[in-house]
Amino acid sequence: MAPPRGAAAPAERELLSAGDVARTVARMAHQVIEKTALDGAGGPDGPAEPPPPPVLLGIPTRGTPLAHRLAARIEEFSGVAVPAGALDVTLYRDDLRRRPTRPLEETDVPVGGIDDRVVILVDDVLFSGRTVRSALDALSDHGRPRAVQLAVLVDRGHRELPIRADYVGKNVPTSRTEEVSVLLAETDGRDAVLIRGQ
Amino acid sequence: MRDLLTTDGLGHDEATAVLDTADELKRTLLGREVRKLPTLRGRTVITMFYENSTRTRVSFEIAGKWMSADVVNVSAGGSSVGKGESLRDTALTLSAAGADCVIVRHPASGAPHRLSGWLADTRTSVVNAGDGMHEHPTQALLDAATLRERLGGIEGRRIAIVGDVLHSRVARSNVHLLATLGAEVVLVAPPTLLPHGVEHWPVTTAFDLDSQLPGLDAVMMLRVQAERMHGAFFPSAREYSIAYGLNEKRLAMLPDHAVVLHPGPMLRGMEIASPVADSPRAAITDQVANGVHVRMAVLYHLLAGEEL
Repeated sequence: MAPPRGAAAPAERELLSAGDVARTVARMAHQVIEKTALDGAGGPDGPAEPPPPPVLLGIPTRGTPLAHRLAARIEEFSGVAVPAGALDVTLYRDDLRRRPTRPLEETDVPVGGIDDRVVILVDDVLFSGRTVRSALDALSDHGRPRAVQLAVLVDRGHRELPIRADYVGKNVPTSRTEEVSVLLAETDGRDAVLIRGQ
Repeated sequence: MRDLLTTDGLGHDEATAVLDTADELKRTLLGREVRKLPTLRGRTVITMFYENSTRTRVSFEIAGKWMSADVVNVSAGGSSVGKGESLRDTALTLSAAGADCVIVRHPASGAPHRLSGWLADTRTSVVNAGDGMHEHPTQALLDAATLRERLGGIEGRRIAIVGDVLHSRVARSNVHLLATLGAEVVLVAPPTLLPHGVEHWPVTTAFDLDSQLPGLDAVMMLRVQAERMHGAFFPSAREYSIAYGLNEKRLAMLPDHAVVLHPGPMLRGMEIASPVADSPRAAITDQVANGVHVRMAVLYHLLAGEEL
């Protein structure tokens, strides 16, 4: 039952349950397979030469386990092994001088690198777009990908830069003051997406 | 962190944070075409060396440049110091000229502390790159980074610092940092080369090297600093080398996993034999490589966060 009009909004609401998170990741995996033609489905002349699989790079903290999960699902559905790793963007952020010193997180570019590959950046929440901007800069110092795509579990809007995601798990209209947090078993002990109000 | 002047008083968590940053910087730069990070774009770092140095100055300069800071080198010889300008005036000048960080090496112990006091009202950080016989904190941090890498950790490891402890700022910085990080430190030196008050340091001391070797995880050899010795500290170089030099026979007495460090510059044949310095057990070139990452980490922790 919805809370009566005028009552204080619940402090915290679950946007996605653990089951929703699993289904969402699976759906995103299917979209990646389709968009990158991983299953060999080519043009009218039949199956084309399969392109080299994309490289998934998660943005720490929670992008990293998401990238690995997505890679596992993609391999499960398409039979193609997809390398997954991590790309820390801390050293490229534009707000370093506005906050206390941040610890660096793991960067782990899979063997084989990113040159001439399709790189899919993976993050938990897309908000201002500034993290993705930092990631694009970081990426260009690691090599020259053929193309860069973006996959996010939650897009909550309020972009401050001209950036959009190629794969979105769930679009969530939010107000700026709300807080969206993604919980993952690897980092938080359970899977869920929560929104904390007002 | 505003200044890095000593490792004495540097907390366990703070030191570990710097070392972790250095590890991540090393990983992220590994195998990259562009070894340059935009993190310190627009910040100015000035090195001010009043004493000879190759590795420390170059290491700081590379560290600053790889972080995209503008690095300016000032040496005592070619500057107004030669015209008689005081350290204080030089420092205030460099700060007024826009230095975000001054890295200073000075033959007088405590010079960076005075500098830090004079610059307290400015936004300029001070890093001690070696002051007299006092401290050399970034050397200790890079030694710790190398030990962590080679031994998998520092807590509970037994580490000997061997030789001219009396004149060594490297030894002082290492004693404090290694003790903070939980190592068991033993100083091995002739009694004439142990400083007064060493009984108050968090270490044990020994005069005989051979009996210590089998129980060590690492041995850090110190250079015999003839330029600071104004007196007879040992009968002859040959005798010193026989008693305290790390030769192949002594290398064989160390456990298999034990690692050999030397802060450089080495006097081959004096405190360390050439085959030992070149053996795979020696981490001396690793120390230099790690020095760049550790100094990048120090600059990151001093300059990248919000102003304090």
